[in-house]
Amino acid sequence: VAGCGPDNQVFISSLKSAFFLFLPPADIISTVEFNHTGELLATGDKGGRVVIFQREPESKNEPYNQGEYNVYSTFQSHEPEFDYLKSLEIEEKINKIKWLPQQNAAHSLLSTNDKTIKLWKITERDKRPEGYNLKDEEGKLKDLSTVTSLQVPVLKPMDLMVEVTPRRIFANGHTYHVNSISVNSDCETYMSADDLRINLWHLAITDRSFNIVDIKPANMEDLTEVITASEFHPHHCNLFVYSSSKGSLRLCDMRASALCDKHSKLYEEPEDPSNRSFFSEIISSVSDVKFSHSGRYMLTRDYLTVKVWDLNMETKPVETYQVHDYLRSKLCSLYENDCIFDKFECAWNGSDSVIMTGAYNNFFRMFDRNTKRDVTLEASRESSKPRAILKPRRVCVGGKRRKDDISVDSLDFTKKILHTAWHPTENIIAIAATNNLYIFQDKVNSEMH
Amino acid sequence: MAVVLSLLLHGLLLSSMGEEEGLHQTQFLDTMFVRGLKRKCFDGEEDIEGTLAGIKAIPSYNLQRQSLLDMSLVKLQLCHMLVEPNLCRSVLIANTVRQIQEEMTQDGTWQMINTQSTGQASLDRLVSTDILCRSSRDQAEGKQGTAYGTLSKDFESDQAQDSSETISTASAVQAPRNLQSNVWEMESPQENKGNFQKSLDQIFETLENKSPNTVEDLFSEVDNSYYDLDTMLTGMMSNTKMGHCDSLETFSSPTNTASNSNCKSDLNDLDHIVEILVES
Repeated sequence: VAGCGPDNQVFISSLKSAFFLFLPPADIISTVEFNHTGELLATGDKGGRVVIFQREPESKNEPYNQGEYNVYSTFQSHEPEFDYLKSLEIEEKINKIKWLPQQNAAHSLLSTNDKTIKLWKITERDKRPEGYNLKDEEGKLKDLSTVTSLQVPVLKPMDLMVEVTPRRIFANGHTYHVNSISVNSDCETYMSADDLRINLWHLAITDRSFNIVDIKPANMEDLTEVITASEFHPHHCNLFVYSSSKGSLRLCDMRASALCDKHSKLYEEPEDPSNRSFFSEIISSVSDVKFSHSGRYMLTRDYLTVKVWDLNMETKPVETYQVHDYLRSKLCSLYENDCIFDKFECAWNGSDSVIMTGAYNNFFRMFDRNTKRDVTLEASRESSKPRAILKPRRVCVGGKRRKDDISVDSLDFTKKILHTAWHPTENIIAIAATNNLYIFQDKVNSEMH
Repeated sequence: MAVVLSLLLHGLLLSSMGEEEGLHQTQFLDTMFVRGLKRKCFDGEEDIEGTLAGIKAIPSYNLQRQSLLDMSLVKLQLCHMLVEPNLCRSVLIANTVRQIQEEMTQDGTWQMINTQSTGQASLDRLVSTDILCRSSRDQAEGKQGTAYGTLSKDFESDQAQDSSETISTASAVQAPRNLQSNVWEMESPQENKGNFQKSLDQIFETLENKSPNTVEDLFSEVDNSYYDLDTMLTGMMSNTKMGHCDSLETFSSPTNTASNSNCKSDLNDLDHIVEILVES
């Protein structure tokens, strides 16, 4: 599996580009998520659409030609709305998609915009009944005098049709903008978090939700901290974590009390006094938190670093990786153009040995936790011909400059990779670069791990 | 309220020290802030003495801090104008403003600025320095050679906001306490505008020897078109459903690497936008 075997270096430096999809300019991808088997990949965009890709089964004729992802279904998940009470427009942008574990032939996912969460059921239809007695092929009633014998309708194969239906709409649960949703391991409940509150829902009940975290101060003038992300523990259905704009993580136990305002554990790294500046707090704000597959660790992303936290140690992270430390001297400019508020996501690989996050200039970074090696790669049409191996990139910070290095000042800050996803078991990653989706696979045959 | 107004006047006057200095201001701000050290004004001057002759003098720490404060207040103002501000961003900016104010209070610079008789300062100068300040900041951004601009934060909102009334009288002048309540109370935006207007009225009342009418005339000279253009563009962006980066490319990047078809659609959108501008 990636990262552990002798080929871990091979993986990190030799991803090949297997597939990329270019969407029309209007659709900036706002979220990417593999399902639990990795067979399906869902993307949400700014226009409220969800596009689901399905991996083609690997062909036996060409064992080295790994399954590619093709469009499986597209549907409009959310529409723009208008809140008449507040005179506010509610964006249709999909903030998050989370798949439910598959329990029958159908697939289900939750998608959310700023205010409303929806449960969608995705089913396939590849047969249809033919030979009705009372209706003809087009469905019109037959003239009964023409019916001379009875027949039993039979199911005949037809072209595959994928149907997506909204099964539940969880509305009116949030005053502020929903930033995260997370399905519980009990497969019955899920949580949704906005800037100040976290609600617990039952998947079958839409008219009621329980508020489990509320950090809204009595006087809004006293507000200094907001919730930035939250997630359920992958195995313990009573545990969840939420991150804040002050860089802290709070692990909560739902068994302790109905309202989990009081955390069970608080994870916070003391500030480094030598690095203190007016921007310290902003760059410490956690933009994403993810439990490891094992459930033992948490991964957090703040503006300049990714950190691995051990659930058993609250005082500091066990590992810290610099994503783009060369930006530290540019914080004022990045504050001015608002880039300092960009929310990057982070991801674990299937074995929790490699972590990945996006950066600017369409760069994304991977860190191998075992070997401590890291690599910078680029997701762009120019550098990603299909089947070509990705070339590692380097940002030079003055001093010696090698060929193909990019200087810090030439970085394009409009090209940011905020959303990335890793296949649950294999070395396949999905990278959203503005309105383009890239899917990269390991050059090593997928059977070899 | 008068304290904040005079604080900003001080900052704006200092910023007008030179257009060229403004250009490098952000870069020097980066240099100063990366050290993360809190120094008093005289330390900044030591730095100036320490540099080689011929290299531009680094603006003092106080000046840079002031500039950061101004920038933050402007950002919060823009937050206030947009209909549904990003709460996390607003909180972080407000915390930054609070930090600066706390430090300035400790330094005593807050008091120092308060005692300066800015009431006597010509309000005409306020107008001219404000415009200088803005253009030099924009030029600084252009110099950085990247395709972003101040337009980028305006595209956060899909809502075209009729905020010209509040914008024209705002000019980033507001007391901190009212500022926060205005930013957070999204539940009652109408009430917000009332509070905002009230605090501004209070500011105007405390200005000596100036009648409210004169002040209003003064602010009417401020280049409103800047803000109106932005809000108009914001509204148009949501109408044409253009992607965030595409719109940036259309307006700020001369070297467009998009394919022919993208160029064509960009041109069409540009025509559309020009149409709207001409109509209004």
